[in-house]
Amino acid sequence: MALLEVENLQTHFRTPSGINRAVDGVSFHVNEGETLAIVGESGCGKSVTSMSLMRLIPEPPGRIAGAIRFAGKDILKLSDREMRAIRGNDISMIFQEPMTSLNPVLTVGRQIRETLMIHQGLDQQAAEAHAIEMLTLVGIPEPKRRVREYPHQLSGGMRQRVMIAIALACNPKLLIADEPTTALDVTIQAQILKLMLDLKRRVGAAIILITHDLGVVAEIAERVMVMYAGRKVEEAPVAELFRSPRHPYTQGLLGAVPRLGSSLTGAARRLAEIPGQVPDLRKPITGCVFAGRCALATDLCRQYAPGLEEKAPRHIAACHYAAKGAVAA
Amino acid sequence: MSPPLLQVNDLKKHFPVKTGLFGRKSEWVYAVDGVSFEIARGETLSLVGESGCGKSTVGRAILRLFDVTSGQVILDGQRIDDAHPSTMRQMRQRMQVVFQDPFSSLNPRMRVRDILAEPIRNFGLAKSAADLETRVTALMDTVRLPREALNRRPHEFSGGQRQRIGIARALAAEPELIVCDEAVSALDVSVKAQIVNLLQDLQREFGLALLFISHDLAIVEHMTHRVAVMYLGKIVEVAPRREIFAAPRHPYTKALLSAVPLPEPGAQRNPIILGGDVPSPINPPSGCRFHTRCPYVFDRCRTEEPQLRSAGGEQWVACHLDALPAG
Repeated sequence: MALLEVENLQTHFRTPSGINRAVDGVSFHVNEGETLAIVGESGCGKSVTSMSLMRLIPEPPGRIAGAIRFAGKDILKLSDREMRAIRGNDISMIFQEPMTSLNPVLTVGRQIRETLMIHQGLDQQAAEAHAIEMLTLVGIPEPKRRVREYPHQLSGGMRQRVMIAIALACNPKLLIADEPTTALDVTIQAQILKLMLDLKRRVGAAIILITHDLGVVAEIAERVMVMYAGRKVEEAPVAELFRSPRHPYTQGLLGAVPRLGSSLTGAARRLAEIPGQVPDLRKPITGCVFAGRCALATDLCRQYAPGLEEKAPRHIAACHYAAKGAVAA
Repeated sequence: MSPPLLQVNDLKKHFPVKTGLFGRKSEWVYAVDGVSFEIARGETLSLVGESGCGKSTVGRAILRLFDVTSGQVILDGQRIDDAHPSTMRQMRQRMQVVFQDPFSSLNPRMRVRDILAEPIRNFGLAKSAADLETRVTALMDTVRLPREALNRRPHEFSGGQRQRIGIARALAAEPELIVCDEAVSALDVSVKAQIVNLLQDLQREFGLALLFISHDLAIVEHMTHRVAVMYLGKIVEVAPRREIFAAPRHPYTKALLSAVPLPEPGAQRNPIILGGDVPSPINPPSGCRFHTRCPYVFDRCRTEEPQLRSAGGEQWVACHLDALPAG
């Protein structure tokens, strides 16, 4: 049994101009110790998916339907109290912006202790000792001094390390990382990615990595799910997805990214563009969500939404025309 | 040989910061501390580096959005760092800017038509009302926006479309140089590709010089001719694209390039992971500013500041290592 099973997740928001179907019928699973990346552009529903998993969507205006089974239990059916026992304990989360997600008026140590005292029932002293241990684990120098400092006294990279320390303090089974390195500089990003890989090996938590950076995906994910306009359009093991993407959107996304070293391997080619824009999610979409921007789209695509279909072993895509078989053209 | 379009000589910009009780003690942020480079007509020079390295400050100093502390900025043979406001006004027509955030850099109360007409009127470029109209519609065609959109306001557009409006506004003045300050950084992947392609097309069509300020090295490699790498207010390496990406010489450039995650799963690479963080530009390290994080540091680096010197051809490096580590 998978650690996390999401079935037909629908997260909709009531807005003055209609219902926004931010996530519309997404199913996926995460195995124990596995790293799943969810990729897509702004507004594709990747962050709303992660917030739904933590039940952090305010209801109303939001509404979550479907099933989210964590270790066999549907967390959408839990009371708020039961959910609080899971959040930060069994499932924890790292956000993009470490400055706004840490409390500026509490010391770093207090913020790590809080989680430990609530969930693990540690006393002040044991929690303090564990907090220092966690700071050491995430590679913060002089942890005994840092534990008494406030977030503003730390650099961006250090703050993100503190966020990771808080998230891992209770040994979660699942860690959701929502754009964990997007706000960081590239040399700091390299430090944090290395840290996440090391910690994964040592702690063994499953990770859901949400990002728009295909480089980061290639670096740490094992399996990738591509979202577009609130739907899952493709899913495959990471090497397979980069080698032979099946969905025209995934192909477009990969073609639109310049590669480092491109100037050395011959003439710089033009970047592939995906024409047009993401559809308005407040209007019902008939047919394929990508039809409006797809070069292959026909009347079939505009009328009937393609179902997710296995195009190769463990490789599924929602497209009427995506090639089947071992290697795509 | 014709002189370069833009020449920057030993540019310095220090900002005061107030510290101490009642802010009486003043310290300085050495944001840009002695930067020199040139841009030829029709050339793209990219300024790369991490947050706080001073790359945006350089861009703003060139546009004279503030006065510089010392040094010279010379546009087409004429000094503009100390130019009189009336001269400056004419010079501004020749250099324009595209900012990072297309949400805050367009006036929400103005229609697109007025946003584009303003620079044309300011610099008296249109001969008549009809000419103004022709220019404005031509700009929309140039940046591939529908002409009907002229009567709409910025909030009605997506991020990518707004960035097109920002580019059209920069082009309206018929500049020779455009400073692109992280102009594509806030955009989504597929939209970013559209804007990068547009900028390249425009450069070819109008012979524009671009100062492309960015932290995204893959985009820089895709569209630049030359690259200047900055660290803590200094240029540590300048070279043509091929040299920088094939054989970076400065240890910081190497670390920066090796830290970029590649979109190729299982790619063999050995990232040089730099320890620690960028030091504060208020108290920059003595000697070479990179010495606190450099894997090859030795005694001389801590005391003596390295100068830019040629490492063969057009590649200039500021590093003491005599035999600079190869590729």
